[in-house]
Amino acid sequence: MATFEFLMQGLLVAAQPMNLLYALIGVTLGTAVGVLPGIGPALTVALLLPVTYRLDPGGSLIMFAGIYYGGMYGGSTTSILLNTPGESASIVTALEGNKMARAGRGGPALATAAIGSFVAGLIATLGLAFIAPYIVKLALVFGPREYFALMVLAFVTVSSAFGDSTLRGLTSLFIGLALSVVGIDQLTGQARLSFGVPELLDGIEVTTLAVAMFAIGETLYIAAQGDKGPDKVEAVRGSVWMSAADWARSWKAWLRGTFIGFPIGAMPAGGAEIGTFLSYAAEKRLTKHPEEFGNGAIEGVAGPEAANNASAAGTLVPLLTLGLPTTATAAIMLAGFQQYGLQPGPLLFATNPQLVWGLIASLLIANFMLLVLNLPLIGLWVKLLTVPKPWLYAGILLFATLGTIGANPSVYELGMLLAFGLLGYAMRIFGYPIAPVVVGLILGPLAEQQLRRALAISQGDYSVLFTSPIAAVLLLIAAAALIVPLILRARGRGEVLSQLAANED
Amino acid sequence: MTKGHHPSSATRRPDRAALFIAAVLAAIAGLIFWDVSRLTGAAGYSQVGPTTVPYAIACCLLGLAVWTAIEAFRGDFPERERQEVAPVIWIVGGLAAQMLLLNIAGFSIATGILFALTARGFGKRKLWFSLPLGIVLCFAVWVIFAKLLQLSLPAGPLERLFF
Repeated sequence: MATFEFLMQGLLVAAQPMNLLYALIGVTLGTAVGVLPGIGPALTVALLLPVTYRLDPGGSLIMFAGIYYGGMYGGSTTSILLNTPGESASIVTALEGNKMARAGRGGPALATAAIGSFVAGLIATLGLAFIAPYIVKLALVFGPREYFALMVLAFVTVSSAFGDSTLRGLTSLFIGLALSVVGIDQLTGQARLSFGVPELLDGIEVTTLAVAMFAIGETLYIAAQGDKGPDKVEAVRGSVWMSAADWARSWKAWLRGTFIGFPIGAMPAGGAEIGTFLSYAAEKRLTKHPEEFGNGAIEGVAGPEAANNASAAGTLVPLLTLGLPTTATAAIMLAGFQQYGLQPGPLLFATNPQLVWGLIASLLIANFMLLVLNLPLIGLWVKLLTVPKPWLYAGILLFATLGTIGANPSVYELGMLLAFGLLGYAMRIFGYPIAPVVVGLILGPLAEQQLRRALAISQGDYSVLFTSPIAAVLLLIAAAALIVPLILRARGRGEVLSQLAANED
Repeated sequence: MTKGHHPSSATRRPDRAALFIAAVLAAIAGLIFWDVSRLTGAAGYSQVGPTTVPYAIACCLLGLAVWTAIEAFRGDFPERERQEVAPVIWIVGGLAAQMLLLNIAGFSIATGILFALTARGFGKRKLWFSLPLGIVLCFAVWVIFAKLLQLSLPAGPLERLFF
């Protein structure tokens, strides 16, 4: 098995002391930020992108992956103890987990979340390692039109398939796409939408947009809600260890959650949230203790948390093998690759196997680190929840602007940050999703490139886009993903979809 | 976020804010049309050039503007929660102050002001306490990131005093 050899080589790369250090920094930061209410992994990675300009690509990508995984672990702590999910994929965990914490079973809830995340992360990362080579082989037969169709599918699923309005999802997406056109055209070198402003020729920085939308937009929105009194943090009472009964009830839920979450993350379907909702529904149906659901059932924490981490690993499958980000975090990680002149995709596996496999192997190591960080050290993270809001958000803005100033210390860049921050705030008021803007900005130029290549090959004949079987099937799925939710909403069945809204990650 | 009609307006008056959004979307589309129409002669022999995709995006934005306007007239936009204006002004003021002062006063002072004004927006009224706290904190951050991590953060009088 070639995969084993690659994975072993990857482990050698990942086990280098510097890379271990990067992974440790990543998981620690990720957990810390995941625990803080209101900041998700997407924002953390965006904040840290400029800081890592001077690090080597392998190390900083390992750090980003650590942040992503750490954020998924940390989010569960906030959900369980505070009932305020730190990131959207932890919403379901809050349903049962917070009830458990109120009933004095916060310890076992945190433990089953951490161990479930570990089991899922381990299985899903191995899944990533074994599936990736096959998808890479498949992707090698993809031409420009197949890539374009794939990106159209990603656009549709990220923007309009879930959430409460097709209109607002698509509007967000097209705002992102319109922003992506700004700057010099990659193929002809002509300046578009730059209006003679030299700074606009370089286009709009993905990190500036992401930091502005997530950090500043969110801060303004929270501030504008006024003071609603302090949130109640549930203390962790009793042991964090699980009883034999807890283990017996948890392990099946972990495995089911993993097998639900991983494929959903791996498909260009966007978001870890969907897997967590499906896993919760499955556990509710299969449980032997239906009376406990809604009052703190441990399966309801174990399953969704496993699904959450499994889909986080799953989203790395399209990102690494196809260069296709399906969540905001993955989109910003793609920006991280591009910062080093690397384009994820089948070619990266051939040209830079050390980097790719080192990254995958480091995820396995990060998982072990996270288990250690999250079980014995849980008390430390809980303290973070008690930071008062004014200092918390003042600190968030400090670091948000620090990243932007570090990348480009100009009044102009800070002006962009403020302008997009206000845009993000306005979009939150009116219920527009944020992720499609970021995905549109980063994927827009790639989609345009593939489309123009495909049309240049066909000498301008648009029918070529539909005549390849793979491209036709992908476009059909995309059309279905656009039309079916419209019909569902028109018939008043939209609640299910709006619950699955992919907002943050 | 519930998708609901406005409860008080029995006559279903058009949603002015949503109409404004529709107008903005249409204006962006117009801007793209106007800018891209000046790029000529670059279509090449395949009829596909730098103008193709912007035109497509502008057409979609126009369509979305019309759709938004229809939803505005039907009152299909979700209810908005009441927004407190004062905190938003404090924080935007802090960001603007930082932007304008950054190259004059240096990172620590400019960002310290942002820190204090953000805390003010969230209800910490004691500026005499939060402003020095912010400046000291930002100075520590400046030392870590500018000196240890070699990030280029602008220095001002305070930074030059020490380094």
